[in-house]
Amino acid sequence: MALKMKTAILTGAVTLVAAISGLAYAAGGGGTGDYKMEHKHWHFKGAFGTYDKAAAQRGYQVYREVCASCHALKHLSFRHLGDKGAPFYNEDFPNPNDNPLVKNFAADWTIEDIDTETGDVIERSGIPADKFPPIYPNEAAARAGNGGGLPPDLSVIVAARGGGADYLYNLMLAYDSPKPDDVELTPGLYYNPVMDGGKISMAAPLSDGLVEYAPMMVKNDAGEMVEVAAPEATVEQMAADVTEFLAWSSDPKLEQRKSAGFMTMLYLLILAVLLWFSYKRVWKDVEH
Amino acid sequence: MSGHPSTYEPKYAATKWLDHRLPIIRMGADFMTFPSPRNLNYWYTFGGILTLCLVSQIITGIILAMHYVPHTELAFESVQRIRRDVPFGWLLQPMHAVGASMFFFAVYVHMFRGLYYGSYKAPREVLWIIGCLIYLVMMATGFLGYTLPWGQMSFWGATVITGFFGAVPVVGESLQQWLLGGYAVDNATLNRFFALHYLLPFVIAALVGVHVWALHHVGQNNPIGITPKTKKDTLSFHPYYTVKDAFAVVVFLLIFAFFLFYQPDALGHADNYIEADALKTPPHIVPEWYFLPFYAILRAVPDKLAGILLMLGAIAVLFVLPWLDTSKVRSMRFRPVARGFFWIFLFFCFILGWCGAETPDNMVPFLSVGDKGLNFTWLSRIATFYYFAYFVIILPILGLVEKPKDRPESITKAILGDSSHGAAVPAE
Repeated sequence: MALKMKTAILTGAVTLVAAISGLAYAAGGGGTGDYKMEHKHWHFKGAFGTYDKAAAQRGYQVYREVCASCHALKHLSFRHLGDKGAPFYNEDFPNPNDNPLVKNFAADWTIEDIDTETGDVIERSGIPADKFPPIYPNEAAARAGNGGGLPPDLSVIVAARGGGADYLYNLMLAYDSPKPDDVELTPGLYYNPVMDGGKISMAAPLSDGLVEYAPMMVKNDAGEMVEVAAPEATVEQMAADVTEFLAWSSDPKLEQRKSAGFMTMLYLLILAVLLWFSYKRVWKDVEH
Repeated sequence: MSGHPSTYEPKYAATKWLDHRLPIIRMGADFMTFPSPRNLNYWYTFGGILTLCLVSQIITGIILAMHYVPHTELAFESVQRIRRDVPFGWLLQPMHAVGASMFFFAVYVHMFRGLYYGSYKAPREVLWIIGCLIYLVMMATGFLGYTLPWGQMSFWGATVITGFFGAVPVVGESLQQWLLGGYAVDNATLNRFFALHYLLPFVIAALVGVHVWALHHVGQNNPIGITPKTKKDTLSFHPYYTVKDAFAVVVFLLIFAFFLFYQPDALGHADNYIEADALKTPPHIVPEWYFLPFYAILRAVPDKLAGILLMLGAIAVLFVLPWLDTSKVRSMRFRPVARGFFWIFLFFCFILGWCGAETPDNMVPFLSVGDKGLNFTWLSRIATFYYFAYFVIILPILGLVEKPKDRPESITKAILGDSSHGAAVPAE
């Protein structure tokens, strides 16, 4: 019987793996020329993976100072930055609206609003409850400002690309690859082998020293506050940092999910063992 | 409800009073003591697993419906809101999405189980047909539900599938417009898809009730396909099969939890994280994995209408299977030749799934060199041919010419050999 059960589970597993590999096949592709995707080891991968908070915090700085000139984050509110599992979470401020860092970040943005007294359109500084504002008033304006290209919203960009974090990271690094002769570029297009077809409307966004990193205080895995020295703002460093930030933005509950997952799997495993013995006990005298 | 004599005796005045008026406790008691063949293996636990899947989908679905907004401008955002801000939304939304995949995985195991052990043969034809109906409504529900998050695959999948109706002769175009509520997939479509996606699970629940009713009327089939003859051949459903089902359910939940917590996006498509855009067609439109074999059948022929008829035929043929299979022997255990064809059939179902995920003009790895050899269109044609041949050629002929192996007289004898006096059958 145990053998049959093993067969059943194995067959089930094989079926699922076959289904997934079929999908992976469908989702693959991308990349032209000789560019070789660099597969980075991300801190948030694996069963117990968490976001590297220092990297994600620096990533927010890169987003704010570089990406945000064209790309919006429309599904995010400022308060999300201070949620549990988020880059700027601080347990002294369980309500992220009170988190002084989050307040400062929000205040750094200008929000369009309506004056309740006069009904006039006014501009005010942001508060944690506000959503990240749109960068352009509408799609036409966005295209007009970018040579016809539409800068995608970045809220779920890591989930929306087959290659995930590696895709985004490599996209920012692949600009200096030599262009093959069969890719023809019209004005306003750049060569990037990570893009499908090799053409992209975005010019290389990063260059060494583009932002100035400052040292920061971050809680390490053991829960102690430690100072993280400011790394050099190389293209690789900034690309990795902003990818870490955007990976969080795509999947902000990853840490909660993985820890709940561990407890759930453990519970189910114990329950399975108990039920197995119950089954053996109930069927003790029955040959089948 | 069940076909076995009731052994329930109400003990109290109140239960006696109720039993005279509505024997609902009796129904439950009879259900729990239903005599089930004693040789059911783990493949028979998927009925219980499927019930759990349905309940889980309905509960998570109702909660999601409280937060979801069926509007083209707001649907995508509302799903993001559920995942980011709604309490436990980060758990419920993936549970519903991954749950759909797990539901289909379980239903496929359940159906192949039925095919292998001949569970569709007399007297279980109606039981089987109701099962096919459930599967059909499940497919509709799955398709409608996939539209709701309003991602690129949602939109373009809905556009492709509803486009088939346009291929119906004469009335096609007006039929398609009637279904969509307009000339293209738009807000009217999303609204009706949401309404129907909420309705159909309850239709499934009702059909499941009839399915179980039919099951309890004719009794379960079993791995050797021999009808239980004596009391020794059966066991009370509780505790024997409740405990066995419970164990199987928890193992299933472990697989479910693995995907839910660690690979929630592995069974979906990255493009569905891009909001629907009617002006931008994704490079590859593919359905969810559980529709891939049918998608491959659809694309196997160049003519649109013929493709649709083939795809519908692939499901329709299941409904008439009880009359196509001419063999009186239920279980493939005693049909060595048919068993071989069955495994080939299963193999080709996977091949069809692979073809459905691939671009038809691409060459098949291992079966082609450069542009010479087999491409996916031809592979799906071969697999489609076998799919139909299995049902309309192989099974009908095999039943007439195949010589089945000797079958045991009874379930008990199959287990214990002829010296069945050593059997310790516990009191029920």
